[in-house]
Order: sequence, then C-alpha cells, then structure tokens
Amino acid sequence: MSPPLVEVCDISRTYSMRSGMFGRAAAVHAVDGVSLTIPKGQTLGLVGESGSGKSTTGRIVLGLEPPDSGEVRFDGKPMVAPGTAAWRAQRARMQMIFQDPLGALDRRLPVATQIREPLDIHNLGTPAEREDRVRDLLRAVELTPAHGARYPGALSGGQRQRIVLARALATKPDFLVCDEPVSALDVSIQAQVVNLLCDLQAQLGLTLLFISHDLRVVRQISNVVAVMYLGRIVEIGSADDLFARPEHPYTQALVSASPAPGRRSAGRIVLAGDPPNPAARPQGCAFHPRCPRAIARCTREVPALSAVGGNRQVACHLVTGAETRDAA
Amino acid sequence: MTPLVNIQGLSVAFNGVPVLRGVDIALGKGEALGLVGESGSGKSVTWLAALGLLPRHAKVTGSVRLDGREILGAPAGELDRVRGGRVAMIFQDPASALNPVLTIRKQLSEALVLHRDLQGNAVKAEARRLLDLVGIPDAGRRLEAYPHEFSGGQVQRIMIAMALAGNPDVLIADEPTTALDATIQAQILELMSSVRREFGMAMVLISHDLGVVAENCDRVAVMYAGRIVEQAPSNQLFADPVHPYAQGLIGALPPLDGPRRRLTAIPGTVPDPAMMPDGCAFAPRCALASDSCSLAAPTLAPIADQRTVACIRAEASRRTLLGIAAE
Repeated sequence: MSPPLVEVCDISRTYSMRSGMFGRAAAVHAVDGVSLTIPKGQTLGLVGESGSGKSTTGRIVLGLEPPDSGEVRFDGKPMVAPGTAAWRAQRARMQMIFQDPLGALDRRLPVATQIREPLDIHNLGTPAEREDRVRDLLRAVELTPAHGARYPGALSGGQRQRIVLARALATKPDFLVCDEPVSALDVSIQAQVVNLLCDLQAQLGLTLLFISHDLRVVRQISNVVAVMYLGRIVEIGSADDLFARPEHPYTQALVSASPAPGRRSAGRIVLAGDPPNPAARPQGCAFHPRCPRAIARCTREVPALSAVGGNRQVACHLVTGAETRDAA
Repeated sequence: MTPLVNIQGLSVAFNGVPVLRGVDIALGKGEALGLVGESGSGKSVTWLAALGLLPRHAKVTGSVRLDGREILGAPAGELDRVRGGRVAMIFQDPASALNPVLTIRKQLSEALVLHRDLQGNAVKAEARRLLDLVGIPDAGRRLEAYPHEFSGGQVQRIMIAMALAGNPDVLIADEPTTALDATIQAQILELMSSVRREFGMAMVLISHDLGVVAENCDRVAVMYAGRIVEQAPSNQLFADPVHPYAQGLIGALPPLDGPRRRLTAIPGTVPDPAMMPDGCAFAPRCALASDSCSLAAPTLAPIADQRTVACIRAEASRRTLLGIAAE
C-alpha cells in the first residue's frame, strides 16, 4: 500500500450555538474524535446525513478551520500555521470543490480568467505559460478555449462544475476535497463529471476526499468509505465490501434506504425518528434512539471504533468480530 | 374504463417558447404513475399547466379531463374545488409551502373548512386525526406549534396531512423527498405508499431519482425536452429500456452492488427550448441517431402491451441493448 498523504488523528471541533436570542449557549459537537488515513492516489468517501459533520471534517482537513484538538498531517508533516509563506505553498497542493459551482465562480469574470487566478496568486510560471496552462486545463476538463471566454451564466451546470474543477487543478494539487460535487447536477451530467473525475485522478495521481450523501456516487469513486453519524465515524471499510455487507445498524439502514431500480421496497429498513440534532446528542451511542437493535448498554457507553475483520472497523456494541452476520 | 385524469396534447409555451410539446397521459383510479426526466424536461410544468397554476403569460393548449370533465380553462370557482379537493399537490420544498406565522392547526383547518364543510370542534378533531395519521407524535399539542418548530421530514408529513385534508382522488407529489436525508426519505415514501393504499388514491410521483420512481410506481413515463419519450410498467422500463435516452439515464446511474463499471454518460446537454433541434429532440445526443431522425419528431407508438416509445430507431436500440446484455 502506498504511504499516506493525509492523516487525520483524532480531530474534534465544537461550536457553541444559542437557541434564540437570549437562549443558553449549547455546545454542538460537529466533529468528535475522527481519525482517517488517505493513501496517495486513493479516494476516501465520506457519507452521512446532514449534520453528521462530514463537511466540517473536510474543512478541517484542508486547514480552512482549526480543530479544537487532534492533528492533521499532510505528506508526513503537521499542517503549518495559517498565514505563513509555508502555509501558502502548502495550500497550493490542496484544493476544494463545492456543490454549487455558480456560488464558487465570479459571475462577472470570464471563466478562463478565473481558472488563471490561482496561477497568479501563487505566482506560477510566466504570463505566457499561464495562458498555455489555462488552455491545457480547459482541454483536460473536456471544454474548448471558446468556453473559457464565456461568463459563468452562459454555461450549463455541468460545464460550470468542470470550470471549478479546472481551476482547482491549476496549481497541480496533490489532494482534492470534493464536497458534494455532483449533487446539484442531473443524472446524465453527473455521470459525465464522475467519469471525468475518475479519469483525472488516474492521469494525475490525485488523492481525493469525496464527501457526499449519495451512496451510489461514493461507491463509484471511492476505495475506502467512512460513514459518519453525529460527528463520529460509525463504520469504515473498503467501498464494495461496505455497501455489500454493512455491519453497523445505521449503515444497514442507509444502504437499504437507497432506492434501486428493479427492487421493490419490501424488506427496507425504515428508521424511526428524526435526523439527529448535533446540539442535543444522545448519551451513549448517538444512534441508539433510532436503532432497531439497541440494548441497555447502548444508552450508557459510547462504542469505540474497532476492527471486526478484514479492513473493516465498526463502532457498535452489537457488532464484534465474526458472529455478526445475523442481521443480514 | 375511462381514466380518472386524461391529458391529451397538452402544450405550454412561455413567451412564444414551447416548453411542453404535446403530452398525453392517462391516469387510472388508484394508479401510481412516475414521471422522470432531467431539469427542464417539463415534468412539473405538465401538472402545473393541467391544474391552471401557471402564470397568465403561459399559453396552454390541449385537453385535461378529470372524470371526463374538461378542467383546462375551467372557471376559477370550479378549479378551486378541484385543486386541494380532488387533486392535491405537494412540493419539494415543504418549508416554503407553509405560512411561517400561522400555527399548523390554522393551516390544516383552512383546508378542512374549504373542502370538507366542517365546523367548530369537528375541524380540530379532524386536524388532529390527520396529524396522527401522518405520524406526528403528540398530535394534540403539536397542532398549536409553528412550522419552524418541526424538522424537514415532519414538515413534509404535515404537507401530506394538508393534501389529505380534501380527501383527494389524486396526489401529485413533485420531488417530495429531494430535500430530505436518505433515512427520512425512506420514511416519507413509506408514509405516502401507506396512505395511498388506505385511501385508494392515485398518485403521480415526479422525480429525477430513477430509484425512487422505480420502487414506488406501477408505471413510469420518461420525459425529455417537453415530450414523453417512453412509457412502460416500472419493472419493464428498468429491466429493458428501449428509448436511447431512457437507456442513457439508467446507464448513468452508478450501481450500488456488483462490479463497478464506467458510467455511460449521455454526451452533451439538454437542448435550449428556444433552439430545439428539428425532428427528434434527443438526436444530437443520441449514439444511434441516423439522418432520418432529424426529419420529423417521432410519435409515441406502442411496441408491446402497455408500452409505448417515441423513437424511429426503437428496433435498432433494442438490438443494441440485447447486444450489450449478451456481452
């Protein structure tokens, strides 16, 4: 296995939030003790529902936000302090793509200028070389120089996301964080962008952290998938195996909730209760109020993420090693 | 048997630009029909037009019959009894469909008074029964709450309760679960199918999510650029799509199990309604297109029992599909 490019060690992030103008401040544990390793050239998929902390994890990994505790290591070294020259150099090696490409682009600038901007900021190459690089980048995302002269408003959603991708690739990054990059796109366009992302990753040897709520897309692109629930990783394992044989009751519900053509809803696990509120996290295992298999112990003790065989790790009191296939 | 809703030749143009170009849909009593297609294909506009909910500058032609009675261009008074009464609609963004400054009880009562002629305590009792029915815990007390006090999934439950207030024969659900998380989506779909069974309601489920439609509908119509391009029973459509666009949509969906394959993306984008290509609107993106495709727009023609497809290359596309399956 290739050496890790990104190592996330036990990071936590807590926000304080008031309910109402005069309400008492409540602590929101957005991310709570998350550890991840992403080997060079591989993709880690992060799935979970809204409020599970997957986007916050992505922001911390990129250094856009400091963790309250824990550490992120990039290429074997700890992340440098923001604002320094070393930090700027490091930031050029890691980029981010968001869900809404129109929000990420400036509507009043031609898109080629925006693709060029990171090159200007990081002072890479001569002006002529920058022009060439922009043309290459447009070609890499399967667009023409004519597209580059347009404004974001004159491009379709899929084309805009390609522009965002081209801009992210301008500084030749090693690492990309993609936060719901195809969720706003129609199915046929989504497939174009997913294929493009896979091709570029293979060509450029990119390492990806791919955040999405869409299990299908995550499986398509990831080597390893981590499932988050209320700020914690509840299950992690290789993509195909995880979705074929989910062990954690929450992953099982998620997989069974994903509708599939040709399969009627018979036998689907429908979880009771609402999506969890990160400001009022239940005691013990955060999932226990919605868990169909919860026992008394689940209400008291937080289960630790532990290996259950293969490269799978599960945080559940009911899943321990070999004798766990009963629920399937 | 006459269909409950019969739409024929429905066309809509905004400022002279056609967005819906002759749609025929027949919906039987108690039937669940799915409508899939990408953004701009006209799946929502079809039902907004049918119920007279489009702005005045939209030019709507064709025929929409409810139980044999023409409702397209019907007087406002008659439409008011149809909408919310016989035909109810729920939308993607439930939070903006509720009034934030009125309690849930007020909003539910409004629908009950309008469509059910209930008075006084009977209204409150019925409102409470509806909330119970859609699975809001502690319904009696929660009636006095405001929309912001509910979660997204609960608000969609309340919208379903309001839709049921008029005892509708048809429920039109336009992307009802798109804004919801996966586990909550499963809850809402389960609720919709259980109330549908209980009330014997017909349902039209509009969605871009093929999986959602496949699991919850008896029959599916695939729309592209303002037309229906294929119509079939769900299981047949997903097992054996005939129209190249339907094949493309299904091929573009990443599988959740089995071996990973490269996604078959449909090249290009949906045509601009103002610059619609001649002939078949899908031809410029179609791998099977021939010269004759750009001559005339193909009409929906039956290819098997209960199946229609609008493609002159339907036979060729079928052979390609079988070829792929044989590999």
